[in-house]
Amino acid sequence: MKPGQIAVVGAAETTKLGLIPELSALGLNLDAALNALADAALKPADIDGVAGVGDQPGWVASQLGIVPKWIDSTNVGGCSFMLHVRHAAAAIAAGYCTNVLITHGESGRSQIAPARYAAQPASLSGQFEAPYGTYAAFTMFTIPVLRYLKDRGATREDLARVAVVQRQWAALNPRATLRTPTSVDEVMNAPLIAYPFTKPMCCLVTDGGGALILTTAERAKDFPTKPVYILGSGESTECPMISVMEDFTTSRAFRISGKAAFASSGITHADVDHLMIYDAFAHLPLYGLEDLGFCAPGEAKHFFREARTAPGGSLPMNTNGGGLSYMHSGMYGMYALQESVRQLRGTAAAQVPDAKISLCHGVGGMFSAAGTIVFSNQA
Amino acid sequence: MPRTLPSPTPETQHFWDGCKAGELLLQRCIPCEKSYFPPRPFCPHCASRVVEIYPASGQATLYSYIINHRPRPDIGTEPHAIAVVTLAEGPRMMTNIINCPQTPEALVLDMPLHVVFAPQNDDITLPFFAPVDAP
Repeated sequence: MKPGQIAVVGAAETTKLGLIPELSALGLNLDAALNALADAALKPADIDGVAGVGDQPGWVASQLGIVPKWIDSTNVGGCSFMLHVRHAAAAIAAGYCTNVLITHGESGRSQIAPARYAAQPASLSGQFEAPYGTYAAFTMFTIPVLRYLKDRGATREDLARVAVVQRQWAALNPRATLRTPTSVDEVMNAPLIAYPFTKPMCCLVTDGGGALILTTAERAKDFPTKPVYILGSGESTECPMISVMEDFTTSRAFRISGKAAFASSGITHADVDHLMIYDAFAHLPLYGLEDLGFCAPGEAKHFFREARTAPGGSLPMNTNGGGLSYMHSGMYGMYALQESVRQLRGTAAAQVPDAKISLCHGVGGMFSAAGTIVFSNQA
Repeated sequence: MPRTLPSPTPETQHFWDGCKAGELLLQRCIPCEKSYFPPRPFCPHCASRVVEIYPASGQATLYSYIINHRPRPDIGTEPHAIAVVTLAEGPRMMTNIINCPQTPEALVLDMPLHVVFAPQNDDITLPFFAPVDAP
C-alpha cells in the first residue's frame, strides 16, 4: 500500500456520548454506523467490508443488511480500531473490498448487554495474575508506572500534569464529559484508586461508540466529506500478561508500531501537527512520547512541565480531552481516530489551526498491543 | 468469598505441585541455559523443547507495584499491594507482598524479598513474597 492510497470518507460517533442507557452495546455500534453512513452519504448496500471487535462486525453486518466480502474481527483491546484501519486499508488496496465500515460501541457505564472480559482461572492470566487481585484495567495497566517514575526521574506530579492538560482541552469541547479546569494539587489530593494513581489520573467509564468508512483515494474525491488520507501505519503485540512485559519503562509494542508508522508514511516527527496518544491512564502519554520517538527516554515529563501539548503549545495532543476527560467506554481507540479525522477535516471543537498531519497511537490489553495510524488531509 | 484461584493445566501442574510442596519451580532451557516463567514445555528464547524444571532460590527484588484502594471482598477491605517481583534467576512474576505494611513508605522498589508459601485450599498454595528482614 502506498501513502495516501486509501482515505477515510465517513466518520462519526454515537449521537450521544456519556450516559446512554437506552442503547445496548450492539445498539451503540449501529447508531454510530448509521451516523457514519449519513456522513458519507452511503447506504448499507454500498458497504462490502466490515470490521470491529470479536463478534461485533458479524452482528453489525447482519443488523444493517450488509453483505460482506471481507471481515476483520481483530480484538487486541482498545487499539483494535487502529489495526482495523490498517488491515482495511491493505484489503482495499489488494482489491478484496471497496467500502469498509469499522464500528465500535460499548456500554461501559450503563452495562447494557456488555462484552465480558474476566480472565478464566485456567488461562495464564487466571493462574498467574488474577489470584493476586488483578481484575480490571486499573489493577494491571498501572503496575509498571512506579518503575518508570523511579528509573526516568519523574514524579507523581508529572502524572497529575497529564490529567490537568487533558482537562484544558476538554474545557474547549462541549461533548467532553469533564470540562471543569483542574490543578496539580486537586489531582494529587483526589481519592486514590490504585497508588500512585488518583481518580483523575484514570480514564472515565462512559457509554458510546464510533464508526469509520474507508475507500480508495480515487473514489474519495466523489464523497461529500473532505478526504482524510492514510499515509502510514504500524501494529504490534507483547504478552497479554502485564507481569511479562519485558521492560516496565518502555513498551516494545509502542516502539515497533510507531517505527513502522513513521517508516511507511515517510514523515518525520517535525511533520506531525497533531498527535493522539491513547490515555487510558495518565502515564500512557509519557510512554507514548518517548516510545514513538518524540523525545529521548526520560524527557516526556518536560512536555507537560512546559505545557507543550496543551492548548497553544507546539505539539497539540489529545485535543478532545482524551480518555481522562472526553470519554472512555472501555476501548477508546475509536474516539482517538475520530478526533484525528475531525482535526484534519477542520471540524474539531478545539481545532488546531492548519493541521495537515495527525498521528494517532493506540494501546490495547494493558501494554500488550499497539496500533498507529498517520493521517493527512493532503493526498 | 475466596480469592480467584488458579486452575492448573498440564503445562503448569508442576509449578502448583511445587508450591504445595514448598518449592518455587522454574524452568530453564538446556541448550541456551535461560530460565523462564510462566511455565511452558519449550524455551521462549530459542524454541528448544529440551528444558528442565528446577527449584528456584526464592529470592527476589521488588520491581514495581500498585496499592489497590478499591474494595475487594475476596482479598479484604484494606488497601493491598499487587506487585511484580524479579526473581534472582531472572524471570518476573506477579504476587502480593506480605508481612509488610501496604504503604509506599514500606514498599520500596528494589527491596530484597523472599518467597512465602500460603496454602489456600487442599490443592492450591500461592507463592507470596515478604521483605527478607520480616518473619
